[in-house]
Order: sequence, then structure tokens, then C-alpha cells
Amino acid sequence: MKSDPGFYDYWPYENRPKIRWPGDKKMAFWVAPNIEFYELNPPANPSRKAWPQPYPATQGYSIRDYGNRVGHQRQMDLLDKYGIRGSISLSTALCDHHPEIIQMCKERNWEFFSHGIYNTRYTYGMSEQQERDMIKDSMETIYRHTGQKCAGYLAPALSHSELTLDFFAEVGTELFGNEGGIYTCDLFHDDQPTPIHTRSNKPFVSIPYSLEMNDTIAFVVNKIEPRRYGQMLKKNFDRLYAEANESGTIMCIPTHNYQVSCPHRMKAFEEALDYITSHDDVWVTTGKEIADYYLEHYYEHAKTDIAQKNAAFNAAALNAAFNKGAK
Amino acid sequence: MALDKSYLEYAHRSHGMDHDRYDWSMLTDRPNVTWPGGKKLALWVNVPLQFFPLDQKGEPFKIQGGMTMPYPDLRHFSLRDYGNRVGIFRFLKAFDKYGVTPTFAMNTELAKRNPYLLNTVKERGNEVMCHGMHMDALHFGGQDKQLETQLVQDSVNQLRELTEQDITGWLSPGRNESENTPELLAANGIKYFCDWVNDDMPYTFKTQQGHLWAMPLSNELDDAFIMLNNLHSEDAYAEQMIDACDFLIKEAKESGGRILSLNIHPWMLGQPHRIGALERVLEYVMSQDVYSASASDILSAFKSQVMP
Repeated sequence: MKSDPGFYDYWPYENRPKIRWPGDKKMAFWVAPNIEFYELNPPANPSRKAWPQPYPATQGYSIRDYGNRVGHQRQMDLLDKYGIRGSISLSTALCDHHPEIIQMCKERNWEFFSHGIYNTRYTYGMSEQQERDMIKDSMETIYRHTGQKCAGYLAPALSHSELTLDFFAEVGTELFGNEGGIYTCDLFHDDQPTPIHTRSNKPFVSIPYSLEMNDTIAFVVNKIEPRRYGQMLKKNFDRLYAEANESGTIMCIPTHNYQVSCPHRMKAFEEALDYITSHDDVWVTTGKEIADYYLEHYYEHAKTDIAQKNAAFNAAALNAAFNKGAK
Repeated sequence: MALDKSYLEYAHRSHGMDHDRYDWSMLTDRPNVTWPGGKKLALWVNVPLQFFPLDQKGEPFKIQGGMTMPYPDLRHFSLRDYGNRVGIFRFLKAFDKYGVTPTFAMNTELAKRNPYLLNTVKERGNEVMCHGMHMDALHFGGQDKQLETQLVQDSVNQLRELTEQDITGWLSPGRNESENTPELLAANGIKYFCDWVNDDMPYTFKTQQGHLWAMPLSNELDDAFIMLNNLHSEDAYAEQMIDACDFLIKEAKESGGRILSLNIHPWMLGQPHRIGALERVLEYVMSQDVYSASASDILSAFKSQVMP
């Protein structure tokens, strides 16, 4: 085990090279609906239980199924109304189970990215080959059902190994060259894209996918009231919008159809979407479009800036140590 | 290090569900329904009447609202009992004031122990569904089938005798089931059950004894889920019910009748500082285009338009 995953270098939020999004927009906004399939009776994982109760876990399973049966169409209608294309974090087995949902998303030119095969199959304990196989299966499934070359990853149920991002980047290259496996949503260290180190040294970025704005984290973990969630979304937007005068920012709302699409939560969510999309200067987009644009226009510049700053910090630290020793 | 190869095998990865209990179906693909009187929204107020034993075993898990302290946990035993002595009478006044038709989900053990409350319910003539034997008699995966068979049979039949009603509805204590529960319910004359929370409308659930109807009793809108689990205020509870009501009516105008199901516990909303929130909700909902009816009547109205 490592004390630090080592995916990125320290890079202070102030004085970074200025970002401007397409059309000279100052802020990017994307919504990432997680469209998930949870199994009623998954095989056991040694590190994590899928359900707290013995099979059948009636409540936990059925509320997640609610997301697909009832919630999906509700959220889709709302995103249509505000001109937002979803970037789907997809349990890719859903292509087999519920192709009707995939079809509706395809018709709207939504993005599909990999969230593993099932949200009840965790990465913990997998061999390197098994994890690679699982990731490859998920990306091939997306391609087979949608024709899209999977660009992004969010590990199933946020279960990782030390090599998850390396595998994803490498399998992406193997399947689709530089178009596959270019961004991750697994890291929460920044409000702007960050170059990520992978073994293969390919251009690869972390795109901000906020855990704090994630409806399941808000409603289930933090137990936030629906109307307050709507207020939080607006405040999150307001601050990032103001800061974007200095350099382009990104806001993401990760959602789940079994949470935000419940009848008592839709109104506050809609108010927030209405508010956010009523602003000028906001690029309403997808995760892949942000990653593509950043890689093309800012990635190299960012890497240079990070390297120069770290060299300067390190030189200053060395100097200080030398001067201290000299006394 | 590696997981067993079965961890990367996906036996049920094909169209539909990963089990054969019910068919895959999106709500928007189903025919629209209209409630009696042309109403947009059916209001199902479901009132669990519960007995939480002081000597709780908590097998295989402790349920929400149960005992949490070392024996004897007098605080929780008596706080739950409060609902059956005090809270329920505040509920009944509110129902009558706003013209609400409640459905009672009664633990059979409570019906045995509390003849006054049983009689009150009987005299009102509202529907009673079986809520299992008591709040520590759980149904769970791996449960001995003989024991569960006896438990379901006793719970349902004894409640039929006590209430003199043809009990056709079921809500499991803790809303948990074993792999056999649906068959046992169907075998005992139960027509609908309310444990699964995957829909906003009724749907058919397969058992080897014929099908059951799954009735959509929301847990997300449950008073104890919101105020005990999520620790939201009673004012926030009322806001959430009103927002849900508005949303469902809006959806119903385009997609056909919807159901607002309020599962409310007399030991929770029946407290003096919370009852006003319930009254506010009932006043608001009943001022809308609403059909207030029992679970059975809502199901009958639904079935008369949409048969499987």
C-alpha cells in the first residue's frame, strides 16, 4: 500500500494559466446521470458486502430498480427541457438488461462512459488480469451498443485498485487509440481539470465530478433536505461562476435516478437547473467534450506550468535547507 | 491475488430483470389510468399500528424504531407505545377533519393486546392490512421455511378473526422478506403487498402460488425515514410531501393518474410538535384534485382499467 496514490502533483489553485471554454465561455457545466444496475443476488466480494440483509434485500434492491423503471424518464424529460445532454456513468450490463433506456439516450446524443459492468461487482480483490478484463468488457459493451468510444471512467461503486486508472488508460488505447480512455471521474481534488500520471504516459485528465454535489452523497450520506440540495447547487454554481472570471471552471452534478427523480426532490432540482442554465457564459456540455477540449488546448500548457512551479518550489526548499545548514 | 472466476461471470446479463419475480417495465410505457371522479391523484394514507417487544431479539437485524439500549429499554418501548395510546387519536381527528380515508397496517400481536384500539379501528370500518405478527418477528433470507409458514399463517388468520375483515394486504415488519415470503402470502389469501419500492404504480409480482400485486408504498416519503433516519425537521417533512404532491399532480396531467402514498407512524407524527405538520400536509393535499381511498380501493380502481 502507498501513502499517496501519486496520480498528480501539487498545483495551487491561484495563478494557473487561464482557461477559456469554446465560444469564449467562462464556465463549463455538465450533468452526469449514473444509470446503474444492482444485482439482487451478486457473488460475494471478500472486502465489501453488496447488501446489508441476506438475500433478498428487498428495500435496497427495489429502490435502485425504481431509478430505471420510474426515475430515468423523469430526469431525462428535465434535462431535455433545459437543453442538457447527460454524460452517463453506465453500469454497462444495463445495455443488455434495459436497452430501451440506452436507445433513448442514444437518440439524444448523450455520452456513455464506463461505470463497470454492475454496481454490485467491486474491483477489490481482482487480479490485474481480472480488472483489465472487466474494464475492457465494459468499454467494448458501450461500443457494441452505442458506437461510442468510451472516453471516461468512474469505477463501479467507486471501488478501485492502485492500478485502476492505468488499466483504463491502457485498455482505452488498445481499443480506440487516443480516443479511448482519456479521462477519469474518480478523483475529487480540484475544481479544474488536472493532468494525471499513468504508466503509459498518455495524455489523460481528471475531470471534476463533484462528490459534494452528488445526489446520493447529499441525500443518503449527508441526509440533506431536498430544497436545501437545490440551494447548495445554486451556491456551488454561483461561486464557480464568479471565480471563472479569472480562469475557466467546471461544475458537475452527478445524479442517480433513484434519488433525485423521487417526487419530493424534482422541484428543487428543476429550480437549480433552471437557474444555472439561465446564465450566459456557461458551456452546457458533456464530460468527454470537456476532456477533449482541455487535452487539445490546455493539457501541455498545464503540464509545463506544473513542472515549472514544482521545480521552483523544490529549488526554494533546497535553498532554504542549504542556508539553514550553512548557519 | 484473484477473485473466483465466477466473479466475472454474468449469468443473468440479458434482457429484463436479473430474477423472475416481475417483468421489466418502464412506468411511461404503461397505459394511463384515471381515478374515480376523474381525479389526478390517489391519496393512500397508510398507518402502521405496531408492537415493538421489549425483549427484542433483533434477528437477523435490528429494525428502525426498535430497541437500541441494553434491556430493559424502557424509553423506546414506551415511546413506541405512545403512538397507540396518544398519537393515533390525534391522527384520527386529523383524518376526519380533512376527509381522509386511512388504511391501517396492523401487527397481529397489537390487535391481540389492545382490544380498545382494535375496536376503534373496527368501528371506523377502514381497511386493515396485516403488518406481520410484531416488529421483532422478521421475515428474512435463510429463515426456516416451516417457521415462516407458521408465522405468516398465524399473523394473517388471527388478524382476520380479530378484525372480522377479509385481510388481503400485507406489509412485512421492517419491510424485509425471505425468498419464500411472496409464495407464503399468496398461499394465505393475500392479494397485494407493499414491501417493494421500485414503482410509483401497482404492478404484478410472480409467485409459484399465482401473482400478487405490488403496491407502491414509498419509503422515501415515510415519516420515520425522513425524521428519524434523515433527521429532517417536521417542517421539512411537510415541504417534501407538498412538493411530492405538486410534482405527481403535474406528472399525472400528462401521464395518467398517480398515487401519493404516505406511510405515517403515530409514534412519530403523532407527537404534539409534529401533528401540525401532518395536518398541514393533509389540508394541502385534500384541497387538490385528489381521490382519498384505501389501498384495496385504489388497487381495484387501477385493476378495473389495467389488467395484466
